[in-house]
Amino acid sequence: MISDLFSVTVLIGILASGIRLSTPYLYAAIGETFGQKSGVLNLGVEGQMLLGAFAAFYVAMTTGSLWLGLLTAMVVGALMGLAMAYVTVNLHAQQGISGIGFYLFGLGMSDLLFQKLLGTVETVQGFPKIYIPVLSDIPGFGEIFFSQNILVYGAYLLVPLAWFVLNKTTLGLKIRAVGENPDAADSLGVSVARTRYFTIILGGILSGVAGASMSIALLNVFQQNMTSGLGFIAVALVYFGAWRPIGVLGGALLFSLINSLQLWIQVLSVPIPSDLAVMMPYVVTILVLVATVSKVRAPSALSKPFERGD
Amino acid sequence: MKKFVWFVLTLALVLSACGAPAAEAPAAEAPAATEAPAVEAPAATEAPTEAPAPAEPFRVAVVMPSAINDLAFGQSMYDALVRIQEEMGAENFEFVYSEGMFVVDDAAAAIRDYATQGFDLVIAHGSQYGSSLQEIAPDFPETSFAWGTTVDTFGQPNIFAYEAASHEGGYVNGVLAAKLTKSKVIGVVGPIETGDAKLYIDGFKAGVAATDPDVKVNVNYIGSFSDVALASEAATTHISAGADVLTGSAQMVVGAIGKAEEANALWFGTQSNQASLAPKIVVASQVYHWEVILKEIIGLVQDGVLGGQSFTANLENGGQVIEFNPDYALPEDVRAVADETVKGIVDGTVTITLP
Repeated sequence: MISDLFSVTVLIGILASGIRLSTPYLYAAIGETFGQKSGVLNLGVEGQMLLGAFAAFYVAMTTGSLWLGLLTAMVVGALMGLAMAYVTVNLHAQQGISGIGFYLFGLGMSDLLFQKLLGTVETVQGFPKIYIPVLSDIPGFGEIFFSQNILVYGAYLLVPLAWFVLNKTTLGLKIRAVGENPDAADSLGVSVARTRYFTIILGGILSGVAGASMSIALLNVFQQNMTSGLGFIAVALVYFGAWRPIGVLGGALLFSLINSLQLWIQVLSVPIPSDLAVMMPYVVTILVLVATVSKVRAPSALSKPFERGD
Repeated sequence: MKKFVWFVLTLALVLSACGAPAAEAPAAEAPAATEAPAVEAPAATEAPTEAPAPAEPFRVAVVMPSAINDLAFGQSMYDALVRIQEEMGAENFEFVYSEGMFVVDDAAAAIRDYATQGFDLVIAHGSQYGSSLQEIAPDFPETSFAWGTTVDTFGQPNIFAYEAASHEGGYVNGVLAAKLTKSKVIGVVGPIETGDAKLYIDGFKAGVAATDPDVKVNVNYIGSFSDVALASEAATTHISAGADVLTGSAQMVVGAIGKAEEANALWFGTQSNQASLAPKIVVASQVYHWEVILKEIIGLVQDGVLGGQSFTANLENGGQVIEFNPDYALPEDVRAVADETVKGIVDGTVTITLP
């Protein structure tokens, strides 16, 4: 019933699962923000996530070390990013198309490795919940914010960190300059290629972590195509967040909270057809995007390959 | 720029809504069967083969949307084909498969390829393949096709239809769940409110209601067959809402089973035996044994009947079996109730009223 939605248990439940659901979006979308700020659109996020998820799961399962699994996911993501950087920076490939190519590669490769190395769905003991002393005892808030696993905390720490790097450091200035006006940046001695390599590889690493956050922290299983479109939503969230980490956080939270709200709506038998309920996060996201998209401007050089004019 | 925003958005929507396509080329893998001609008569086939021993092995190709090892729909078919091969012998029965065919167009191409290659029986293991099959089958009048889960053969002489009476196993699981719940709240994680999943869940609800009308069944359809993360969060939601027994249908439930295990809630499986994922909490799984139906179909094809009939896997013909998890200590009286319920459904004394 609708009135049940406003009980404390339900509100805590919605917020806590919203925070969990938003974690992989945050890693992937913050990584994508760096890439797009420097003028590179990477649509291969989903593929990087899938390979990262598999690598983390497989290494964690065979070695028993979750940290080694996480590290492998980062390395795999970095390699995928390196390949993407070579294709887009050195070969000047059309970014949207090559990104989709990398997505398909990650999808197929993770599936193939899963078939050959695991063969069936298995489980692993993932990162445990960390109860932050004192804070986790606060009624309500403690359960929502301070009783999550380490990768959830990491995702939320990443947001201010990314904001700081992009807006308050020389590196961030270079990234933005390369994304807005690569010719000017180049003439001032900023290496467009090196900057873009850096952001794309960083994006790959964070996508790898996004995948790992699913396979060894939140879900603790690997299944083919387990990201199921999440990486593409992450790309959309970068637009939604207007290329600002805080905006990305807002978008990821909005989408995830509405998703957990619709789960509760069904559980509490609120009389709404399930098809409408599952549509809600998408509809709301589109509505907000429509309302805001005209007010923001993308990095000018986004998705344009840079060629030095002699 | 705006145009591009829309492009990305649409892409995100489409890919997430339909559970992202697996865009690999048809990965047709032949099992280790050799091409050596089989001279012996098929020894152990139960199919009514009065016809002389076929000189060549019976060749089956199957196209399925998910994977052969999804612990659900795809696996149920793969396991059935393996069992038939064990029974008939690798020299008399060969099969190949294409998995991950979420994209119906790819599946249609694979179905056509297999028919062209002269397989005796081509199985389209997914109800979404129906309209493609309707177009393809008339082009290959010598090839037999099977399509499930459905009852519709399109009136074509070379299409068999098969389905599972999943409400029967669902009912038995529901009876057991109602007996075992202490909190009187049960959670169900479903994919999309249609087809086999809906039938199972409706049967489950009927089983609970018939056993203990005070037990509340909360149902959650997450709108996807592949979103493991959302399935897992749905399970967490059920548990927060007080559920101590959970069930769910389709391949994305692997995410939900993990959450049930963490909370020490019981789990009932369907489509395939899911006990391996969480041996402590899986009570029982309703398992499809498609081989019961496939053997009938193979027998008919060998006798020259290529289609036009539909089959149902149910508890009575053994196409559906309730498999109990030996690692879970089910109280004997509850087990007895389950056995009685199965018997009742088979002999017709238990009737299942679906909504």
